[in-house]
Amino acid sequence: MLCLGSVGLVLLMLTLQRGHLAPYSERNYYTRYHNMTEISEWMEQMETENPDVVSSLVYGQTYEKRNISLLKIGLSSTNRKKAIWMDCCIHAREWITPAFCQYFVEEILKVYKTNAKINEMMKNLDFYVTPVLNVDGYIYSWLNESTRMWRKNRSPGTGNCTCYGTDLNRNFNSNWGTVGVSTDCCKEIYCGTKALSETEAQAVTYKLEKMSGDILAFFTIHSYSQLILLPYAHANISAPNHERLMEVGLGAAKAIKDVHGMNYTVDPASGTSQDYARQIGIPLSFTFELRDKGDHAFLLPEDQIQPTCEEAYAGVQHIISDAHDKAFYSSAATITATLWTTLLAAWVTTATVGRMGRTTVVMITTATVG
Amino acid sequence: MFWRLVFVLLILTVDHGNSTLMPKIGTEPSVGSGQLQNSFLPGLDNLTTTAKEGEVVEVENVMMTGVLHPSHYPARRAATVVQHYLNTRYGSPYRWVFLSTVHKGSAEDVTDIGRKYHLELTVQDTISNVSGRCSAELVFPEGAEQGAPQVNASCDELLQSNTTAQEEVFYQQHIASNNPVSGDNIPDSHGHMEPTMKPFWHLGGVASSFIMLRESNESTMYNMAQVANFTQLETENNQLRFQYHVLLHEMVSQEIIHWKLLVTWSPAEGVKVLQTELQPKCHCEVPPNTTK
Repeated sequence: MLCLGSVGLVLLMLTLQRGHLAPYSERNYYTRYHNMTEISEWMEQMETENPDVVSSLVYGQTYEKRNISLLKIGLSSTNRKKAIWMDCCIHAREWITPAFCQYFVEEILKVYKTNAKINEMMKNLDFYVTPVLNVDGYIYSWLNESTRMWRKNRSPGTGNCTCYGTDLNRNFNSNWGTVGVSTDCCKEIYCGTKALSETEAQAVTYKLEKMSGDILAFFTIHSYSQLILLPYAHANISAPNHERLMEVGLGAAKAIKDVHGMNYTVDPASGTSQDYARQIGIPLSFTFELRDKGDHAFLLPEDQIQPTCEEAYAGVQHIISDAHDKAFYSSAATITATLWTTLLAAWVTTATVGRMGRTTVVMITTATVG
Repeated sequence: MFWRLVFVLLILTVDHGNSTLMPKIGTEPSVGSGQLQNSFLPGLDNLTTTAKEGEVVEVENVMMTGVLHPSHYPARRAATVVQHYLNTRYGSPYRWVFLSTVHKGSAEDVTDIGRKYHLELTVQDTISNVSGRCSAELVFPEGAEQGAPQVNASCDELLQSNTTAQEEVFYQQHIASNNPVSGDNIPDSHGHMEPTMKPFWHLGGVASSFIMLRESNESTMYNMAQVANFTQLETENNQLRFQYHVLLHEMVSQEIIHWKLLVTWSPAEGVKVLQTELQPKCHCEVPPNTTK
């Protein structure tokens, strides 16, 4: 009796030690799909559990007047911080994507205290993660089996067209209405009445515009196909840093393959939000299409959530590290080198250098500094 | 003072990870709308557009000719057609193949015939995970009434995988059964299905390949998204018979297309699709007061 009691007490203490009794620290929470109510509750919990690194922000409204929220994750700093943007579930039926955004948040919160690299990135960067962008569409896709394949948002058609929904990923102001769209409001790729006619696309646009100078990398997460896509979709145009995009993209594909052997192909291809991000100056902009390659398609089994998230995490981290290191390490090197050469110049001009004329020395040093 | 400065600099040089240093701002060239560099991306479809009210704005597809980039869309779309063809020829409740990789591809215009593709690809059986390399030639016929693409393909090893035993057991189990089998939503919304439903899922995928092959052109890429439902019908001529309702996903238009199929199968005869019926897209909408 006493033995059982003490065992129970030990168990209770172990559970409490993890913080509290919430299910979110359980591994199997992240191996299931969650509806919008659960995801909203989870966002609140992430903020409550990690008040020094997580804050939530409502940055827009859907057609049906629901909040569009993101989690901002990072260590507070007196310096101006750079940012990483990630949005999931711009298309309602791509259920694996909010699962990935949740996994990504959980993972960085789990390791930032012990993993030196992640810790450093949390100091220099803020991660802006939107688990569900198309809130109305996602809720609709959970209604019943017949709504499961919904893609668009839920704004009604206009004029004579009685169908619902605009394809949010065709509504951004990047060559709007040109490539791969339909002007029929009953179609899945209906681009809307005009660029940014949809409040969801507006929300992302305004937020990105306010932050664009600080965003190092932009990710928009989709399924399915196992692809890493980079700007641009429209013909005859490549991004000025196309080679870097390809190189970083291929590095991410390799990182993904190293996890579970899955092949993700890197392609310049369609996606207006990614194109828009690139056009406003965000250097690294990618669309990820997660598992699978077509056998389950949008209906990815829950036992594949974890491996999919693990490999996608590796891919995304490769790109984030690249963006971070390029922004922070190369600047450190440049500043240090400049200071060294300036110091050398100062030393040389003040020290006695024998028969070499001072003018000559100054010229040589100036050339080095310049 | 001077040497203290040197010392500090030494520390800074050694400790590159110091985050108190200010990051570079504007490391990449900013791209405003007037500054996009125009350069041709090899392998990208040249899509020019003429916008017409109510029509898909993707009208003039200037098709790639010559050597195709194996991992870009034009080659992948054509290779997917080969996948559909292989399933119609060799698919069964225990064999269902998917495109893995395109190794090589080229396309040419053939006068009075249409567009001809040569492809080297690898497909993988989703059940046994056996892979096989294939060579294929396909023609998308030209003309106003575009018929189905014509495919010639040969694969090594892959299609010799031994499914006979499993197929025989499955066939025997259902051919004389007094309990006609049926199922729906395979997989369900969460991607689940009962293990007993799996062969019927594969069979649905193979049967769908007949329509997908027939409906394909250079600008489409079809896949089966779900078996909405299926029902076993009375056996005829020693063939298992089923009525299937499948959902196809077309990648370019992103449409979900419903088809009803009358399907037969036996180990000896393979899969046959006797009838197909396109189902109208349901524009049924939930009333505005959706619960939050």
